[in-house]
Amino acid sequence: MDTSFFAAWIEEIATAVRDQKDHLTQLDAAIGDADHGANLDRGFAAVREALAASPPETPGALFVLVGSTLIRKVGGASGPLYGTVFRQLGKTLGAETADVALGDFAAALDAALSAVQKLGAAVEGDKTLVDALAPAVRALTEGMQEGPEEAFAAAARAAEEGAQATVPLQARKGRASYLGPRSVGHEDPGAASTALMFAALQAAGGR
Amino acid sequence: MVGIVLVSHSAGLAAETAALAVGIGGAGVPVAAAGGADDGGLGTSPDRVTAAIKEVNQGDGVILIPDLGSSVLTARLLEKPGSVVIADVPFVEGAIAAVVASGAGSPLDAVLAAAEEARAYRKT
Repeated sequence: MDTSFFAAWIEEIATAVRDQKDHLTQLDAAIGDADHGANLDRGFAAVREALAASPPETPGALFVLVGSTLIRKVGGASGPLYGTVFRQLGKTLGAETADVALGDFAAALDAALSAVQKLGAAVEGDKTLVDALAPAVRALTEGMQEGPEEAFAAAARAAEEGAQATVPLQARKGRASYLGPRSVGHEDPGAASTALMFAALQAAGGR
Repeated sequence: MVGIVLVSHSAGLAAETAALAVGIGGAGVPVAAAGGADDGGLGTSPDRVTAAIKEVNQGDGVILIPDLGSSVLTARLLEKPGSVVIADVPFVEGAIAAVVASGAGSPLDAVLAAAEEARAYRKT
């Protein structure tokens, strides 16, 4: 997978975030501060501009630029969190590699998961984006032998199931945790946007 | 002197807390407010925090005092062990304690310890 493949993935994410902006914000209005869709959309709009202004030459450089832009431009907690995910992806892949093997991508995603868990101090079950990201990384790693299309489909499925599984959970991180039991019954917006990113990966891989 | 950066979701809260801390704690201490998102609304701007760190850094270290959520996550990303460190403290009380200690000429670890003492101060 080369730079143009991953650029297509990021473009899919940006389009999906724009389409789902109001839905993400509605999820956030239930248990958060009602800005997740707008914040992510602002972030990915800035990512589009940054990539157009100076197109990166390798997948690693692309992900570092995506991550750094999200950190600077999102404005909410999802900026540092998703920024860390993409920046760690880029750092792990390295600035030199032009073509990324599926196994290396899976390993880089695993490193990104560790980095975001370290930053946010969240574990699975806390009702955060980790509840979608962790099962997606596992599914992608397990599905690797089947090839990229199957692995991406499995990851997208696992992320979506992980996001849906946050509905009955009580939040233990972020603003929603102050609601205690009243956070139960709502899908976590961060898990929902993570599921959207893996659906976008499946879409990019299916072309 | 150790620099102090107040990182809040609110530009107004950060600015007023800085003014309060300098008013009570002592003039002349390098204190900067980094509040609000890039557009001035509620949120955190890493660019503002980065600029604030630069502004108050006199070479003796900088303490970041975030309020919550994205302010904390952004501060964590900008930490540099031994020179730019987070104080895990109540926003107002921690800011005042840090400014007093910095104004007294204390080094970074002592300013951090003074700020963290604010956490244990009981009001009842």
